[in-house]
Parts: sequence; C-alpha cells; structure tokens
Amino acid sequence: MAKRIGLFICWCGSNIGGVVDVPRVVEETKNYPGVAFATDYKYMCSEPGQNLIISKVKEHNLDRVVVASCTPMLHEPTFRKAIARAGLNPYMFDMANIREQCSWVHSNDKEAATQKAIALVKRALAKVSQVEPLFESSIPITKKALVVGAGIAGIQVALDIADSGHEVILLERESTIGGNMVKLDKTFPTMDCSACISTPKMVQAAQHPNITIMTYAELVDVQGYIGNFEITIKQKARYVDHTICTGCGLCTEKCPTKVLSSFELGMGKRKAIYIEFPQAVPNKPVIDPDNCRYLKNGKCGICKKLCPVGAVDFEQKDELIEEKVGAIVIATGYDLIKWEEIYGEYGYGRFKDVITGLQFERLVNASGPTNGLIQRPSDGKEPKTVVFIKCVGSRDEAKAKEYCSRACCMYTAKHAHQVIEKIEGGHAYIFYMDVRTPGKAYDEFYRRTVDEGAQYIRGRVSKIYQSGDKLVVMGADTLLGSAVHIEADLVVLATAMVPTEGSEKIAQLAGVNIDKDGFFIEAHPKLRPVETMTGGVFLAGACQGPKDIPDTVSQASGAAAKVAALLSNEEMATDPMICHIDEKMCSGCLVCKEVCPYKAISEKTITERIAGQPVERMVASVNTGLCQGCGNCTVACRAGAANLKGYTNLQLLSEVDALCR
Amino acid sequence: MESINVNESIVKNADFTEEIGIESGQPVQKCYQCGKCTAGCPLTFAMDYKPNQVIRMVQLGMKDELLKCQTIWICSNCSTCTTRCPCNVEVAEVMGALRIMAGKSGTTPPGKAKYVEVMYDALLGTVERFGRTYEVGLVMQNNLKSGKLFNNADMGMPMFQRGKLKLLPTKVQGAAEVARIFAEVRKMEGGVK
Amino acid sequence: MRYAYFPGCSYHGTGKEYELSTHAVAKKLGMELVTIPDWSCCGATASHGKSHLLNIALPSRNLGIAEGMGIGEVTTGCAACYQQLANANKKMIENEDLRNKVNSITGKPYKGTLKVKSIVEAIGIVDPETIKSQVVKPLTGLKVACYYGCLLVRPPEITGFDDPENPMFIDNIMKLAGAEVLDWAHKTECCGASLGVSNLDVAVRMIDRILAAAVESDADCIAVACPFCHLNLDWHQKSVNRKLGKSYDIPVFYFTELLGLSMGISPDELGFKTHFTDTKKVLSVVG
Ligand SMILES: Cc1cc2nc3c(=O)[nH]c(=O)nc-3n(C[C@H](O)[C@H](O)[C@H](O)COP(=O)(O)OP(=O)(O)OC[C@H]3O[C@@H](n4cnc5c(N)ncnc54)[C@H](O)[C@@H]3O)c2cc1C
Ligand code: SF4
Ligand code: SF4
Ligand code: SF4
Ligand code: SF4
Repeated sequence: MAKRIGLFICWCGSNIGGVVDVPRVVEETKNYPGVAFATDYKYMCSEPGQNLIISKVKEHNLDRVVVASCTPMLHEPTFRKAIARAGLNPYMFDMANIREQCSWVHSNDKEAATQKAIALVKRALAKVSQVEPLFESSIPITKKALVVGAGIAGIQVALDIADSGHEVILLERESTIGGNMVKLDKTFPTMDCSACISTPKMVQAAQHPNITIMTYAELVDVQGYIGNFEITIKQKARYVDHTICTGCGLCTEKCPTKVLSSFELGMGKRKAIYIEFPQAVPNKPVIDPDNCRYLKNGKCGICKKLCPVGAVDFEQKDELIEEKVGAIVIATGYDLIKWEEIYGEYGYGRFKDVITGLQFERLVNASGPTNGLIQRPSDGKEPKTVVFIKCVGSRDEAKAKEYCSRACCMYTAKHAHQVIEKIEGGHAYIFYMDVRTPGKAYDEFYRRTVDEGAQYIRGRVSKIYQSGDKLVVMGADTLLGSAVHIEADLVVLATAMVPTEGSEKIAQLAGVNIDKDGFFIEAHPKLRPVETMTGGVFLAGACQGPKDIPDTVSQASGAAAKVAALLSNEEMATDPMICHIDEKMCSGCLVCKEVCPYKAISEKTITERIAGQPVERMVASVNTGLCQGCGNCTVACRAGAANLKGYTNLQLLSEVDALCR
Repeated sequence: MESINVNESIVKNADFTEEIGIESGQPVQKCYQCGKCTAGCPLTFAMDYKPNQVIRMVQLGMKDELLKCQTIWICSNCSTCTTRCPCNVEVAEVMGALRIMAGKSGTTPPGKAKYVEVMYDALLGTVERFGRTYEVGLVMQNNLKSGKLFNNADMGMPMFQRGKLKLLPTKVQGAAEVARIFAEVRKMEGGVK
Repeated sequence: MRYAYFPGCSYHGTGKEYELSTHAVAKKLGMELVTIPDWSCCGATASHGKSHLLNIALPSRNLGIAEGMGIGEVTTGCAACYQQLANANKKMIENEDLRNKVNSITGKPYKGTLKVKSIVEAIGIVDPETIKSQVVKPLTGLKVACYYGCLLVRPPEITGFDDPENPMFIDNIMKLAGAEVLDWAHKTECCGASLGVSNLDVAVRMIDRILAAAVESDADCIAVACPFCHLNLDWHQKSVNRKLGKSYDIPVFYFTELLGLSMGISPDELGFKTHFTDTKKVLSVVG
C-alpha cells in the first residue's frame, strides 16, 4: 500500500519563522515521495496545532506524520499522543528539529538556515517512510523495595516507602542500623542531639510492619530488571541466635576479650561479643570471629555458658537468602578519607592528638569513650588550645580530592563552638580557605561561633610536628600576609567525605555508574537527581555526593516518592524502542552480549530445519525488560542481526541517503 | 602599597604572566591562594613578599615589583612549597623563572638579595674558568664583590687547617668544553652574566 | 654492583670526610664506584637561578661521559649534585627537543640511557643481610637524628626514591648499623646551605631550628647525606652559637662515616679528625 505522509511545519512564532523561510520549506518538500499533505502553522504544539494534525490525518487518510519544529526532547511525546488520538500508532512519526538546529544556531544566515531546514525535513520524510508500528508491552511489578545501607538516608527512605504501603527490606552490613549520624554528638545548625533525633527513627523502622531490617548482611547478587529484581543477600553468621536472645547483655559484660571499637573510631574498647552502642537496633549482640577466643582456638566459651536462654551458637554459618523486589535504593553513605595514608606533613597519623572531626564527635559525645569530656587521646588531658584544619583531603587535587565536602565548614564551626562552650579557658583556632555556609540559618550559626571567640585564620597548614607535649601547627594567615604557628594541645582535621568502601561492588551489582571519585551518578544532575540511568535503581544520601543531614533526608524522601510511584502500579509499560535480534541472521557470536551494559543479552538455543533436518544452534536473545535501547549491540553485531526498533539500520541509512542527495 | 590598578596591570603585563607560566612550566592561574607554600617556607622571615604573594603578583602581572624583590633570591629552592601545593603549582619553579628573568633584566637585587646573586655569579664564574667550583676563590671573590670582606673569613682558617680548603684550583681537562657550554648558552639565550 | 661515580666539587674540600667514608663503606659492601673521568661541575643550585638551559647542560655533560663508560647507573654522594643530575636526566629523557639542543653544546652528547641514584639510595637498596654481615661494631646506644634536608627528597617528581615527608632510607641504614634512630620534627627542613656564604645571618636562623629540634629529640649526633648540609650544620654551628647566643655542641656526621664506624673502619680513615664539632663524644658512646 502506498504511504500517506502528513507533513506539518511549525513557525514557532518568530523563533523559527523569523529566520527560516517556512513557506519555502513547505514548497520544496511537499512533493517528496509519499507526502499526501503538507502545511505550515504558527504553533504546532498548541491545542489548535494538535487538532490540526488530528483532523488532517482523518481528512487525508494519512498513515504517518512528520512534524518539523523544535527538539524532540520537548515535544515528541506531545505529537505522538496527538496522532494516537487520531487513531494512528504513535510510533508512525518522526520529527525534524528546525529550531535548535537551524533558526537558533544560524540566525545570521537565513538562506543557509532555510537550506538546512529543507534537508532536515527530507531526512525525516525518508525515515518516516520506513517506520513500522511499535507496541509497548507491560511487565508485572514486585511490590517490594530493597534499601541498601541503613544510615539516616536508608532509614528515611525505608520509612517513607513503608508508610506509602509497600514492603521494604532495609539492608545494613554493620550489626546495627544508624550509620554515621548516630556517632555524632550535636547537629548543626540547631544543635539538637543527634542520637535523640535519630534513634527514635531507628526504633520506628524496627517496629514498622512493612519494614524488614537485615543487619550484618550484604548484597551479593542482583539479577533481573526494573519491577522484577531477584536479589541474593548474605546474612553473616552472628554466632548468636537473635530469635531467642533477649539482649540481656550478660555475655558482653563477662567476655574477657577486649578490642578497639570501630564505632568509637579506635578511641574506645568493646568486647569480642558486643553491641555497638546502647541504643543499637537490633539491640542484640554479635560475636566478632576475628577476635573471639573460642572461634579462634576453641578455648573460652564463657558467653555460651552464661547465656540464660542458650542463644550463643558457635556453629552458626553464613547464610544466603534470596528475595524478589521491584526497586532498589542505594544509600550506602560515606567514609572519611584515609588521611593517614596521604598527609605526611600532618604526621601520617603518628601523632595521637591529631584526630578527625568524627573522632572529635565521639570525644564530645556523652555516650562516647570519655563520657563527653573533651580529653585528648595521648594523655587524657583536657586540651586548652584546639586547632581545626579544614579542607583536608578536599579541594586538594594534588594529593586527594578536587571537590568540596560540603558539611565540614559547618561541623567545624560546631566543633569550635563546643570547644569554647565546654572547655574553660579553651581556645579554638580554625585554619580555613573559605567558609561555605549556604544553608538555611547556616551563616548565622558560623557568625555566632566567631562572636563567641573562635579565631578564624585564612590559610592552609603546611606542617604539624610534635614538640614536647604540644603540637606545633605551621600555617599561614594570607590576610595578614604572614606565616603563623600555633602551639596546640589537640588538632582536629576536617577530612574529606569519600564514598564508602565497597561502593564500587554495589555499583557493579546494581548495574549503575560511579563517577571518577566513586560517588554514584544520578540520571540527571538537576532534573533527575535521585534516579540512576538504570530503571528501578535509585539513590539517596551521601553515596551520591557529600551531603549534610538536611540534604540527605530531603533526597531520601525524594527517592522514596519515586519508588512509591513505581510500586503503586500493578504492571508497567516498557519502551518499545529496544533491541531486536533477527535470529535468521544471527551467527551466535555473542559479541553483543559483551558490549551490553545492562546485561540484557543472553544466549538461547533454537532449532532450525536445514535441508529438512532439525538443527540446533545458538543465537542471541534480548531480555525486553532489561534492554534500555542504548544501541551498543547494533554497532557491534557484524552480521547486522541486532537492530534497534525505531532506529533500524535501514531507517538510519535512508536518512543518510536523503541528507546526501 | 598604593592602590593597584588591577586591569591596567593585568593587561599591560599579560606577556610577563604568560612568559613566567611558560618558563616555569607552571599553571600559575590555578593557585587559589591557600598560603600553604608560605606556611611551610623556611625563609619567609627574610622575604619581602611571601611565596603565595609572589604567585598572586604573577597572576596580576606585577612585573616591576617582582623583578626587584628580594624573595626570589632569598628562596633557597628547597621545594617544600612545590611538594605541598594542593593545586600542583611548583612554586619553586616560578621563583626560579623569576630569578632568571630578573638576572637577565640587569636589575641589581636589593638588600640581602644582592649577595645571593653575587654568589651565584662567583660560583658559576669559577665553573666557567676551571670546569669545577673552586671554593677558596669562591669565598674570596664573593667577599670582595659583596663588600663584606670578613664574612666567613674567621671560619676560613680552621677550614684551611683541616685541609678543607685548597688554595689552588683543580682544573678539568675539558674546561674548555665547559667554557663553551657557557658561551653557547649565552649565544642562545643572551644575558647570562 | 657497579656505579659510575660523580664526586662533586666538594669531594676533596669541604666534603672530604664524605668522600673518604663513602669509598671505604662501598668497598666493604662490594660496591664498585668508578669515578666519571674528567667530570665537571653540575652547576649545583646556582645555575638554576641563572638559566634553564645551563642548568641542564652542565650536568648533562657528565651524564654524556658516564654513558660512555658502559655502566648503567650513576651515583653521587652530594644531595645537590644528585638533584642536578637526576633533574637533567629526567628532562633529557622526556624532552627530545631539549636533548638535541643540549647535546649540540656540551660536546658530550647524552642519549638518555642512565639511571641516577643518590648514594643513600644505592646503599639503602643493598640487601640488609649484606650490610648486617659487615657490622662488627654496632652503634648500640647511639641516638641518631637522621637529617635529609631538601634536595635529596624534593621535589618528589625528580627524586622520588624516598617519602618526601617522612623519609626513612638513612634511618634504615643507621638501624642496620645498630644505632637508635629518632622520630624528630626537622628531618626535611631546609638548612639554608645556599645562603650560608651569602647571607650567614639568615642561614644561622635556619640552622638553629634544626639543631634545636635534634637536641630536643635527645640526639647524640646528626647524620647527614650532603656536604652542603654538613658544612652548614657542622661548620656554622659556631656561628649560630655566636650570633644567636646558643651553645650547641652536637656532632654532625655523614651517614657513611657512622656506617663505616660500625663496620670497624678506623675513625681516622673515615675523616673524623676534620670535623668542626667534637666527635669524641660519639666515639665514647660507641666505645
Ligand atoms: C564529623 C562530622 C560531623 C557531622 N555533623 C553534621 C551535623 O552536625 N549536621 C548535619 O546535618 N550533618 C552532619 N554531618 C554529615 C552527616 O554525617 C551525613 O550527612 C549523614 O550521615 C549522611 O547519611 P547517609 O545515610 O547518607 O550515610 P551514612 O551515615 O554513611 O550511612 C550509610 C550506611 O550504609 C551502610 N552501608 C554502606 N555500604 C553498605 C553495603 N555495601 N551494604 C550494606 N550496608 C552498607 C553503612 O554501614 C552505613 O550504616 C557530619 C559529618 C561528619 C563527618
Ligand atoms: S567465647 Fe568469644 S565472645 Fe564468648 S566470651 Fe569468650 S571470647 Fe567472648
Ligand atoms: S565544606 Fe568547607 S571545609 Fe569542607 S571541603 Fe568544603 S570548603 Fe573545605
Ligand atoms: S600552596 Fe599552591 S595554591 Fe596554595 S597559595 Fe601556594 S601556590 Fe597557591
Ligand atoms: S622553594 Fe623557596 S619559596 Fe619554596 S619553600 Fe623553599 S625557600 Fe620557600
């Protein structure tokens, strides 16, 4: 049957019409083979414009449509819907961009702009002559989400999704949820106690009927695609049966093995059987197999003997658990950069009284290793002169990270305030390059710290060395134009936030990308900040970039809203513009499988009749749920068997033909 | 310092800023004035401009001030600044490039800096003549030129007694070859004293 | 191990003890140091302030001669010479245009096939067991502050064999010699040697800082690896005392002298007599 193309050329007011000679474009293209109707109009995207298309489709019995106007990014969906309303398949359509690609970029050469517009319209006409109807299909959705990482971001995401009525698995690799926020003492800018605002959320998550918390567990495998992920979780052996343990704490009290606590960042001790901190969720112990005497050499067993309910179980093994979920949220947070490996000029960690901000948080925290008394690690004395150094590992392209870690200017102001408030006769000196406080009530907070007596010194520190029981800090005051030095009792480094260890592995499992610094990449930095380029995988919190708590929580709620929207559907439409393998042409080389970034291609065996005999052979097969239509495989396929629907080799070649003619 | 007409300085001396960038091989524009170079420099106490200020002045094209400052001569080329600059600016190289430019421009460095240049010249002078450094000659020549006749002299005797000062220079057989290097460099670059 | 050896201009002058002890120690370790024939001055830090081209050309002449010796590696004791040679070597290898230009004027063309090592590195990479086997009089109880200064470790792109912030090569060698090494603050602070002649008033303040840190760390002596550092810390100690009203009397040794001592080489042979500070104290500690 002969093709009947409708061609509609838009003036976009004077946006296009002021440069491109629109009537001439109509004139030059209306006789293109297959064109049954051609016209121009002031605003094609307007209601009357769309109605024009619909009426002309019916009137001229058109079977496909080209609109020449602006970028498809903007209005392709609009026009597709319009022709669907006229009864056509929405994919019997193509667009020519004669605004961004013609009138806007060639505004000072009207003739050239017009020539180019004519060429682009002909290209679209060539393409549309080749298109075929495409149909969206639908897949069912597993109405359950997985949240990886249970810091404040993960907890907030889980609560919001759970509140919208969907089930959530909240996965945490440590023995308790809470992440970094529960280690903090007070939080800027309002100085509310961090534990007081975060532990209630932890309890809420534990008690929510829709949330299953899995601690001491890791994600080890992800298969499937948006709406239908199959995940495998490794539950690490805790050596304590949490179904019967009552959390009485007798074991942790009597265990004879003391080791440095990672929760206290090496400044306090815990036992081999331990609960990280008093408000931990779950509030039940685990045994650290690297340090337990029984697990190491079969001696001791005190905890087992003492446990009144017989919960200690040395035979427990790691366990693999399989689950199905429809969406995954990555909320794996941050670590602080390992400054001890980088900054020799600050002593490579050799000086006990050079600590990080997070260690300082533990020192001021009433439930920390010093019960909230600021005592320096070397000798337990109260430091009188405390020096803070900002941007350690941040904004340092030579040694560490180029980026700004965003939260440290504020928490350093907080720490300086705490020094002045808590230490009688205490002095706080802050070496800074800039003070970055662009949040609500943030600058006011910083200014208050200055009013209280914190001395801000503009310059970086070149070296710290020990002299007697003092640390000599050699810095500069660039405003003064001089080198300066301070004899300090304690030095606190505001070290860079970096993606947590293991982020790379999570990225690999979930099929999402990380940037050069290892942070997860969002689908669009401005307009899709919580989505990733992989359908069904979302981001929340500091794993996407350094953030403070307000930003983390807002992003978490944003991600939860996206997940809730996805899970509120019973099934979902899939994009029809995905790869198609012509099995007859496929040689089974499977180069396509290697280049597919979404793991959408697998092999399958087909049976063919050759000379009347059934012959089995291998071909590539596309999982329509996983394929994102990137087209990598179509380029790689030597046989030309892989084709992107809507962008087939034939269609592309006819466009090139039209343009070169 | 008087108020500096920034745009005039930058525009007028754009060539200077560019030349220092090329000669030193350093991206001076990247310096964000953190002061770490100054903080670690062992010689700021004897400098008229601090290392970070020198870099800033290069950025702003303050050629005249830089070529007649002491800092560029006082700098001992210890590279502490270079090693620690977070922006990968090798400050010591910038100092070196300024030193060379100042030397070629013929301006006599002021104050303490004068003796440094004199010493450099003396050292290289003996190298050009003998192929190697000649220490007695160096000390004496330096003292004469700089007018500080007895500088180090009280130390000379004990040194001589320990056999650490040779009164006669050792001459390299290839001294002529070394002299030719100086001559060729002078031909190629001009201005090397 | 064979090295083409660059003595440097202070070899029989101010750096006499270094020269003596280096050869004595090398012999014990089975290292052959073959002096580069007709070597000439590397320009030290003076040419750096005069001309980039001269600064590369002066050391390159020596590299050119050394290349002809058929020994793949060059070593030198002087930290300043080391930095000059290493810097020229790097630039000559990396930059063909420069190489051609320099080769056209030195009369001793250099193709760029050598490795340049400081004597510190050359000894530091000797098998520890070999060193230990030669130590017959371990320096037990001797507290040594190892001083590296600048040119040996900075800038790291040129030197690079040891950590620029907390170098350990000399420390490790001294440990093998049986000494106790100290973690002290001024290992790599500049001693101002380049100003020692022209601006002694400035240099003494820098020397003072280093001596103060060594004394604070309770060192019996300082070990150095550069004739300029030695000159400054040893010779100028008196000037510091006089000009700044101090009373330092801390011996300063080349690390090769101390290593040689532990190997049973006689102090005279190592040059202990020609120091400006009192070396007897150390000899009495070691016994
Ligand atoms: C010293 C300091 C002080 C601060 N003070 C303040 C303040 O006063 N106010 C403020 O607003 N912000 C402050 N912040 C910032 C605040 O800590 C962060 O904004 C916040 O903790 C980010 O939360 P998160 O959940 O994204 O990450 P995290 O708290 O890091 O949580 C991530 C969680 O994921 C888990 N996890 C990681 N990888 C895996 C994996 N592969 N599998 C399973 N689980 C995994 C981790 O164990 C952790 O529990 C401070 C930061 C620092 C360093
Ligand atoms: S068996 Fe292990 S965990 Fe239990 S008390 Fe002994 S050391 Fe502690
Ligand atoms: S937030 Fe402040 S301290 Fe932290 S990296 Fe940015 S500028 Fe530096
Ligand atoms: S250390 Fe580098 S960035 Fe900082 S002021 Fe000096 S040159 Fe500039
Ligand atoms: S190289 Fe010069 S400017 Fe840099 S730290 Fe050393 S003396 Fe200072």
